[in-house]
Amino acid sequence: MDLRKLKTLIDLVAESNISELEITEGDGQVRIVKAPPPPPAPISYHAMPAPMMPQVPVAPAPAAPAPAPAAGEAAAAPAVPEGHVVLSPMVGTFYRAPQPGAEPFVQVGDTVSEGDTLCIIEAMKLLNEIEADKSGRIKAILVENGQPVEFGQPLFVIE
Amino acid sequence: MFEKILIANRGEIALRVQRACRELGIKTVVVHSQADTEAKYVKLADESVCIGPPPSRDSYLHIPAIISAAEVTDAEAIHPGYGFLSENADFAERVEKSGFVFIGPRPETIRLMGDKVSAKDTMKAAGVPCVPGSEGALGEDPAEITRIAREIGFPVIVKAAGGGGGRGMRVVHTEAALLNAVSMTRAEAGAAFGNPAVYMEKYLENPRHIEIQVLADEHGNAIYLGERDCSMQQRHQKIIEEAPAPGIPRRLIDKIGARCAEACRKIGYRGAGTFEFLYEDGEFYFIEMNTRIQVEHPVTELITGVDLVQEQIRIAAGEKLSLRQRDVVLRGHAIECRINAEDPYRFVPSPGRITGWHPPGGPGIRVDSHVYTGYFVPPYYDSMIGKVLTYGDTREQALRRMRIALSEMAVEGIQTNLPLHRELMFDANFVAGGTSIHYLEKKLAGLQ
Repeated sequence: MDLRKLKTLIDLVAESNISELEITEGDGQVRIVKAPPPPPAPISYHAMPAPMMPQVPVAPAPAAPAPAPAAGEAAAAPAVPEGHVVLSPMVGTFYRAPQPGAEPFVQVGDTVSEGDTLCIIEAMKLLNEIEADKSGRIKAILVENGQPVEFGQPLFVIE
Repeated sequence: MFEKILIANRGEIALRVQRACRELGIKTVVVHSQADTEAKYVKLADESVCIGPPPSRDSYLHIPAIISAAEVTDAEAIHPGYGFLSENADFAERVEKSGFVFIGPRPETIRLMGDKVSAKDTMKAAGVPCVPGSEGALGEDPAEITRIAREIGFPVIVKAAGGGGGRGMRVVHTEAALLNAVSMTRAEAGAAFGNPAVYMEKYLENPRHIEIQVLADEHGNAIYLGERDCSMQQRHQKIIEEAPAPGIPRRLIDKIGARCAEACRKIGYRGAGTFEFLYEDGEFYFIEMNTRIQVEHPVTELITGVDLVQEQIRIAAGEKLSLRQRDVVLRGHAIECRINAEDPYRFVPSPGRITGWHPPGGPGIRVDSHVYTGYFVPPYYDSMIGKVLTYGDTREQALRRMRIALSEMAVEGIQTNLPLHRELMFDANFVAGGTSIHYLEKKLAGLQ
């Protein structure tokens, strides 16, 4: 079988849904097997450095990076566990305890009643006590001590 | 120079300020309400902070949240944009007291110019001509009010001292309607601006709105950068602006411009500002000063080559103005059309998702807009979604380019005032130039 004919057969297999082709011609035999395609790589969004952000995004673009203390980009935030989520009512700095070195207001596993102080958010030099808006058990604390928080940011999960 | 600036605004001006910052190598923090989480400039910012729910009162007007956001991100300066808190002297004061630089004039200056009565007095003292009117706020005595109106000569206009931007005013044509008009305007002013003081001015029948752009630094330098003609207005809102003003002799502009620069020096003005005038029969009459960057600032940028927002930032950082008066050269002509998300003839707002955004382009075209295909125009804020500008060597070329640009442009999913702009670019009187501030209203009401 000449090379040209072989190439045509290879192309035929490649372009079609045939996975295996065997041809016997005279005293020549050819078997062409198509390897299965690798599984498609999962689509991943890469965080682009802010200065390189190009044109107008069609859909909301993924999170801009920068070691931003203010978390808020959905792509960067971890999934919130099931339960009642206590959201931050203001912009400020989150503190777990009434003052540095003191015992935190609550720990994971504690039972709280509606109205109990959960944390402090400091804004413009004023310390604001944030109260539980539901009774239950602290399932998760989503913010680190000293971390800046924005309006609407999830702070605690109560179940 | 600053390393980080917080942008306390939204929409196209937030993007505009962000661009100026990025060019200067300054990091940006953008504050936003929950309605603007998906905004383009929020995604492009180095940091963003959600400051509240959609209503402006709880977000873009919520001073503690904005200052708090500056604290947690260690911003050095705050740019207030236009509208919202940009001319709120209390905000400027609290920003400075909290240790940040307010990119704009000093709080005292904002207060002075924010009260339209004291602004007029200040301008008069600085040699800037004003509309003839009551010397200060009107008292309670009806006889005195009537005497003042007779002296000015009807028709008169009653204006709220705490108003501005076209709000809180009422025209009175006859003496019979005068006292009622004053009481009503007083009541409205008290409710809308928290200040019931009103004053009276001569109502000019066919004036043009001509404004002078100024820049002043903290070293005593002040310059004017030509004028803008903003006479095409609907319900006191500008929709088309251009520069230079057609048909006004250069020497008249230079004379009034020099007076404005001198007034800036006299009052120790700092930053970018605009002196607004009514112009009729060769005379300029001061009406108010805007102590902020204005929506139509790109018109001036196009004919002077000066980046006004960058100048604002430089001035706030303590630098000297980058040009002297003789360096200001006006070249060519620029026109701006404000694109609003609204019914083009009934002006009912049209929020919603933009399913197709096709802006124009090419030589001499500038589009300042924050929107994109898929963007949801929120119903909580003003309806402007972008500005389309054209530049030409002549007014004719700028007009021609605008007609082409508007014909290329398409916005799908919401209504916009594009059809109105397309019509106006062929309006004989607009094309001739020099129409008064009442022209568009009359045209739309079918009287012209």
